[in-house]
Amino acid sequence: MTDTLTPVLSAQWGAEKSWTLKAYTATGGYEAVGTALKLAPAEVTDLVKESGLRGRGGAGFPTGMKWSFVPKDNPNPTYLVVNADESEPGTCKDMPLLLASPHTLVEGMIIASYAINCHIAFVYIRGEVLHVIRRMQQAVEQAYKAGHLGTNIHGSGYDLDIIVHAGAGAYICGEETALLDSLEGRRGQPRLRPPFPAVAGLYASPTVINNVETIASVPSIVRNGSSWFGSMGTEKSKGMTIYSLSGHVNRPGQFEAPLGITLRELLDLSGGVRAGHQLKFWTPGGSSTPILTGDHLDVPLDYEGMAGAGSMLGTKALQVFDETTSVVRTTLRWIEFYKHESCGKCTPCREGNWWLVQLLKKFEAGQAVDGDVDKLLDICDGIGGKSFCALADGAVACVTSAVRHFRAEFEDGYKTAAWELFPYGASALFPVESPDRSLSLTKGAHA
Amino acid sequence: MSVVTKADQVAQVETIGVTIDGIEVQVPKGTLAIRAAEMIGIAIPRFCDHPLLDPVGACRQCLVEVPDMGNGRGMPKPQASCTLECAPGMQIRTQLTSPVAAKSQKGMLEFLLINHPLDCPICDKGGECPLQNQALSNGASESRYEGVKRTFPKPVPISAQILLDRERCVLCARCTRFSEQISGDPFIALVERGALQQVGRYADDPYNSYFSGNVVQICPVGALTSAAYRFQSRPFDLVSTEVTCEHCASGCHLRADQRHFQIKRRLAAEAPDVNEEWNCDKGRFAFVSARGEDRMTRPLIREDGMLRIASWPEAIDAAVAGLAAAGSSSGVLTGGRLTMEDAYGYSKFARAVLGTNSIDFRSRPTGTDEAAFLATRVAGRRLGDGVTYADLEKAGHVVLVGFEPEDESPLVFLRLRKAVRKSHLLVTAIAAFATAGTTKLNATLVATAPGGEAEALAGLELAPGNVILVGERAALAAGALAAAADLADASGAKLAWVPRRAGDRGAIEAGCLPGLLPGGRPLADATARVDVASAWELESLPAEPGLEAAAMLASAASGELKALVVAGIEPSDFADAAAVRAGLEAAGFVVALENRLSEVTERADVVFPVALIEEHAGTFLNWEHRAGRVNTVVRQANAPMTDLRVLAALADGLGKPLGIRTARNALAEIVELGTWDAPATKARATRKAAARKAAKAASTSSTDGDVTVKLSTWRQLIDGGRGQDGEEAMAATARESVARVSPALAGQLGVADGEELTLSCGAGWYTLPVAITPGMAEGTVWVPTNSPGTPLGELGVVFGDDVALSVGGGE
Repeated sequence: MTDTLTPVLSAQWGAEKSWTLKAYTATGGYEAVGTALKLAPAEVTDLVKESGLRGRGGAGFPTGMKWSFVPKDNPNPTYLVVNADESEPGTCKDMPLLLASPHTLVEGMIIASYAINCHIAFVYIRGEVLHVIRRMQQAVEQAYKAGHLGTNIHGSGYDLDIIVHAGAGAYICGEETALLDSLEGRRGQPRLRPPFPAVAGLYASPTVINNVETIASVPSIVRNGSSWFGSMGTEKSKGMTIYSLSGHVNRPGQFEAPLGITLRELLDLSGGVRAGHQLKFWTPGGSSTPILTGDHLDVPLDYEGMAGAGSMLGTKALQVFDETTSVVRTTLRWIEFYKHESCGKCTPCREGNWWLVQLLKKFEAGQAVDGDVDKLLDICDGIGGKSFCALADGAVACVTSAVRHFRAEFEDGYKTAAWELFPYGASALFPVESPDRSLSLTKGAHA
Repeated sequence: MSVVTKADQVAQVETIGVTIDGIEVQVPKGTLAIRAAEMIGIAIPRFCDHPLLDPVGACRQCLVEVPDMGNGRGMPKPQASCTLECAPGMQIRTQLTSPVAAKSQKGMLEFLLINHPLDCPICDKGGECPLQNQALSNGASESRYEGVKRTFPKPVPISAQILLDRERCVLCARCTRFSEQISGDPFIALVERGALQQVGRYADDPYNSYFSGNVVQICPVGALTSAAYRFQSRPFDLVSTEVTCEHCASGCHLRADQRHFQIKRRLAAEAPDVNEEWNCDKGRFAFVSARGEDRMTRPLIREDGMLRIASWPEAIDAAVAGLAAAGSSSGVLTGGRLTMEDAYGYSKFARAVLGTNSIDFRSRPTGTDEAAFLATRVAGRRLGDGVTYADLEKAGHVVLVGFEPEDESPLVFLRLRKAVRKSHLLVTAIAAFATAGTTKLNATLVATAPGGEAEALAGLELAPGNVILVGERAALAAGALAAAADLADASGAKLAWVPRRAGDRGAIEAGCLPGLLPGGRPLADATARVDVASAWELESLPAEPGLEAAAMLASAASGELKALVVAGIEPSDFADAAAVRAGLEAAGFVVALENRLSEVTERADVVFPVALIEEHAGTFLNWEHRAGRVNTVVRQANAPMTDLRVLAALADGLGKPLGIRTARNALAEIVELGTWDAPATKARATRKAAARKAAKAASTSSTDGDVTVKLSTWRQLIDGGRGQDGEEAMAATARESVARVSPALAGQLGVADGEELTLSCGAGWYTLPVAITPGMAEGTVWVPTNSPGTPLGELGVVFGDDVALSVGGGE
């Protein structure tokens, strides 16, 4: 473990017009493609396996192992799909990466595609971020012109096409099988597994789906070697990664550091919690990861450390909340998000989040009744682990963890409105014209 | 010859052992946990699960606990048993033994009910509702939900027949999966997301599927209702009877539900060998014809040129007098409404009482070599001799000749589609164009103008086990039946004739053809006549050949034939409606047995009202030659007379007792007579048929701005047939009547899509909008046979005839 920043992916973000091919190649960009294409595909996969790179989208599945699951005897083509549907509340790592250095992803896609014998690769980008989509489209176009894409890449005889696809604005499309449905032009809803995407994914063909950051990490591994990568991080969580800090911190932003850094260190790097306030609770990786408190400041931010603390590393989106924040209100906002984003396919997620919103509104308004905390937990128990995909598990994680750490605050909701206990203006980072509560009270059941 | 025992068959299926709630059970590999539980009588609650639809795992109602996947490790979360495949050694704990499963299921029901309107007292499904039932069996007695329910405007008509109540919907996706997977009409789909997810349809396109009624039946709540049954009855007030559908030769088993002596609705019954759990909208909804004011309840006799009500004895005496005067110079015309037992009654009445062999059930255009084909390839066969639904699934390749399954035998269509989806069945359609139906079968089209079928068949290569399905239209294409038979003989493929009407197959067995006695016995064979005569306790049977239907009518028109006994026919069903009317009008004496007033009863001298299909028992033989029971649905103290009872009364009056009075008597005689087996006849007739030449290919000729082409036509499933009268919501879902031409022919005519095209022949013309159909055979036009307003019988043209086409409306 180390306490310094290790900018690799973000190393050139500050460079002049860092997103251009010129700026990227000026610092050795696309050299890793040449290196990789001289290796056998299996050797590239082995290199990634040896590096210990794990999926950066949240689940942390070993990347090289995922690549090696692609069946060799399947007559259908193999596809690489990059998940750039970054939608997890608080998460902001893939979008800045694509904005500042899209060629890092293109280069990673070439190497990954080569490793899995794929000739058509897709990037599925969240539809709302039009500027990122355009930048990625330009990068792909430039890469084609420079001979990094298309036929006979770098004279190696290897061909690859990259297709940039814009999503239509649905959180569920970040779920890999829903993403595939959406990419195929269908309504984005998760698919039944098995078959798993590695066997029958996009167009019923073997498909590898990786997060942007995962694939973007590959060129640096090829360039610097697996031991270099493994020298960073912890025993089981190797390498560097991007942490996104937001909320009540003085200097929010992206911090690229080895896995295993702690929130205390990250807070030091980001100027700490805003002046005069103390940390109350935080999410390690977006709202779908159970919240933690000041007790967890020194827990390593890696896959094992977070699991040990009863949470998950997730997308490493650290949302920091100080003592002015109502945990009831925060939880309600999150659940409103999940209610809105539930795809509707399965009962517990569709109906459960609908119910939770209404119940949490009663807590927020101080109109909950004795026993409602247990009812809240019981509804969560009826949702968690019973839904079709992990969306609902993530949704209830914020509720159950909030009750675990702040049960008394929920019980206060039997008598007192959250906005009386935690005047909303106090937690606002910017002046707000109208109190938020009017919004929450008038919002109709159909929203 | 090796004997395949049941044990041998079982041994072919690889089984695995699983333990459910402590009970060990062997199940076939690939069995889903929910099915495995059913096998030992454990019902796991479910909504989205349906054994004939692909698993989806959406409702999460069927969660079970899996403490051991078979590898010693348990599943960390409860599993949806409808998507969980059993693995060897797997331990499954349902709600009966697992508190986790029980709580999961209870919670899921609570979730499903929070946005449900709980309007059971006014819901059609109340009383037979899986949501209601499972809420009681597996749910909590009270809801903890105190919030606001999601509401929607309702009901939304997704077609003229089907109405959608989105508030009641539990989003199980059964209806949308049925539409996509089973019928291939994905006109409805789930749209929106979260709790606002709902069943939607395309903006302007109604859910006009021939199979739309099935979604009402499989809906596990009252979200989908039919205009026909909506608010008609409570399920617990209905009395259910299993029947066989009278609308086509698919032979669907149905459940008819009656209340107050009226059928309120019909549902597809479970018949895995036949219709599985589906039926078509015609079979489901078209049962109100003749149940209204046009139903006859009293006999009529003609007096001074007018029909008047008569008593039964008076009418019977009048009919007996007329028939006695005509003697054997009589003919019998029967139609498709008759059960096999009824048909047998007419066959026996003609031969044993009237003393004539002039009897024909084919109240439709007929072909010259059809009788020989029916005698040698169809009559006297039993279930298993030919092709069955199950055979279609394993056929590998099915060829359709003169047969449009979706319109003419919809359950054959569904089974073919199932096989295309599940067992890689190839379908080849010898037809004028790729229809909506054959497209859904991914069929290879051999674009063939009428008359070219024989040549098209000659170009096919089939293997043993493949199947050729010929429709009754094939008889009108010269040489097509013989070519199909030849191809079957040469390749080892199986051949099946799929008639359109429910009664046709039984009518053949009953001997309702001039050349065929009951059981497929050839009239020409003296032994066969003796066989039947001795069974009927007669000295002999008339040996002189009888007349076919058209000949009978012509003979009646010319005054040669003195009397006609007519049951269940419509003039416009024949090749030439005018000739039928002329024959009936000129005939010396006409006795009609009918349900309701018709063009035939108008022209009859004595009319007997007879029982409706739901008022008497009997049997329909379907295209497989499978017997389907028709049970009495409506039992009344004043039950109407049946065809058989009327015939028996007439026979008594004529002094030659019929010997049968009830369907039971008739069936007993049919069974005792058995079927004829004399292979010599078959070989001879086949050679004779094979000797026929294929017709010349269709050609296009032009005169006076008109273009003359061959007519291609068949009946659409929902059309102007009288049996469908009175069901307006269903009629509104019918397919549009169009005239189809190829792009080249359209160019030659100078007509654009949607413009009017007039089809004419000597007798008249019809004008229909044009549908230019790419890939269609040249030299032909397709129009529906009997759509409202354009019955081709009125023009006197049939499939394969020359018709003239001209642009614009007729004058």
